[in-house]
Amino acid sequence: MLDPVEALTGAFPKAVEDAQEFRGEITVIVDADSIVEVCRYCRDAKGLEYNFLSDVAGVDYYPQEPRFAVSYHLYSMVHNRSLRLKVYLSGDEPALPSVTGVFPAANWSEREIYDLFGVVFTGHPDLRRLLMPDGWDGHPLRKDYPLGYETVQFSFNFDEVDKHKPYARE
Amino acid sequence: MSGLQDSVWAGDIQQLKGLVSERALSGETIVLNMGPQHPSTHGVLRLMLELDGEVVVNCVPDIGYLHTGIEKNMEAKRYEQAITMTDRMDYLNPLGNNLVYCLAIEKIIDLDVPPRAQYLRVLLAELTRINSHLVWLGTHALDIGAMSMFLYCFREREKLLDIFEMVSGQRMMSTYFRPGGLWRDVPEEFEPAVRDFISYFPARIDDYERLLTDNPLWLDRTQGIGFLSAQDAIALGCTGPTLRGSGVNWDIRKAIPYSSYEHFEFDVPLGQHGDVYDRYLIRVEEMRQSLRIVQQAMDNLPGGPVRSNDRKYVPPPRSELGTSMEAVIHHFKLWTEGFRPPEGEVYVRVESPRGELGCYLISDGSPKPWRVHFRTPSLIHLSALPHMAKGYLIADLVGIIGTVDIVLGDADR
Repeated sequence: MLDPVEALTGAFPKAVEDAQEFRGEITVIVDADSIVEVCRYCRDAKGLEYNFLSDVAGVDYYPQEPRFAVSYHLYSMVHNRSLRLKVYLSGDEPALPSVTGVFPAANWSEREIYDLFGVVFTGHPDLRRLLMPDGWDGHPLRKDYPLGYETVQFSFNFDEVDKHKPYARE
Repeated sequence: MSGLQDSVWAGDIQQLKGLVSERALSGETIVLNMGPQHPSTHGVLRLMLELDGEVVVNCVPDIGYLHTGIEKNMEAKRYEQAITMTDRMDYLNPLGNNLVYCLAIEKIIDLDVPPRAQYLRVLLAELTRINSHLVWLGTHALDIGAMSMFLYCFREREKLLDIFEMVSGQRMMSTYFRPGGLWRDVPEEFEPAVRDFISYFPARIDDYERLLTDNPLWLDRTQGIGFLSAQDAIALGCTGPTLRGSGVNWDIRKAIPYSSYEHFEFDVPLGQHGDVYDRYLIRVEEMRQSLRIVQQAMDNLPGGPVRSNDRKYVPPPRSELGTSMEAVIHHFKLWTEGFRPPEGEVYVRVESPRGELGCYLISDGSPKPWRVHFRTPSLIHLSALPHMAKGYLIADLVGIIGTVDIVLGDADR
């Protein structure tokens, strides 16, 4: 059983940017371009064997730069431990390679991140919107996307509010 | 032939290029829409099927009909307010959703949970598992044609919903688990009601098994269908009974025990063939094992408080508000501003009735979560559905959808 941080910094001295530990969870920050090789190494290297991808999640750190992050939660059924790989991406035209070739489980998670954050996964076999309708404008989980609300209608402003209601009128 | 195609797919068939095979584009196979309003799709799942006669060549799931933006909404709510939203994701497992979210908050602020609350959490989570499996069994059998199972399963489920109503005031959307413990202690009637259920339910599981397990019709419709190998199951991210049906022994309650599961004795049933029938056997056996856990939790239920005593995160009891100024201040602060966890990020997983339910929580030190993401088993299992359905008959597809036990609220959030 290898220490994941030591093993990864040894194998990818350029790609591993930082490693943190919080509440017993290890986060390794990886350069976006080498995420596929790092994932493959984590899966196959003897002593690591992170054979199960639990989850891929997107984060928007707006207005900070780098703005976006993608977190990969790996788990090793062999050694019963977890590892988080994290990739930071810049705010304009965020893109990174898809890991579906290494972990097929990432397929829909990456589609979800593309849909809700607008992060493009290059090399993904079927990068379409997952949850929102195909023709939707914008990416709802971005921090600069408004939450949306409905103005409360009272008797004194009934007609005024009614004008802006989204439903169709006669 | 062109008339038939028009009735099946109104748009330009070339739009589907890449999703269906070349044979569909030339009109050799047929593209059929199934759902979203289809009784066997368990909610609002739409499948685009490419069929060669009766055989499924391709299956393209289309989801999002129940997308309610829960993750986005939770970013605008304080930590404690957002618990109510978790109930509504996987509506058959509301307490499990509460549990994973509360565990994530407790991990990020390092909050202690008293033993009585932990045992009650386990007890209620297992009752929720039985509840979820009952709905699954009833609807799955109904899809395949065993109508009466549905009625029996819902009869027993009613008793469980009564218990949930007794403890939380709500039958389904209970919001009973809170950061640091429970909303309040269980009432006096709770123990007799649970003991009554423990003595009543095993004979009912025997009844279900008498109806289905050796029934030749049931065997014909479920054996050798929806095959998933152990290797594929791991690669596709399958968890829970779907993974264990393929013989992989991985149960989060055993591997990474949470909420004092390490104190309980139970077996993890495994399948051998990885088909629909094995997954059925596993879920039925899981109900018996859950009942064992409930029994142990009830017998060894510790006394004491059910909420943490850390006043910076957990509101003081009502009785203190009349006598202690400090309690009033804490109460006021918690209900107006909320608590501020330290900056950081955690990922917590629990074993939901469907598989691994994960919560990825990022705190920026403010009273509202910066990002909450739920890794839901239904979403990942749905992405594995095409792999399981290819090559089987369209009539078997109904059984395969049933066996992955999807809840669309869980998949879409």
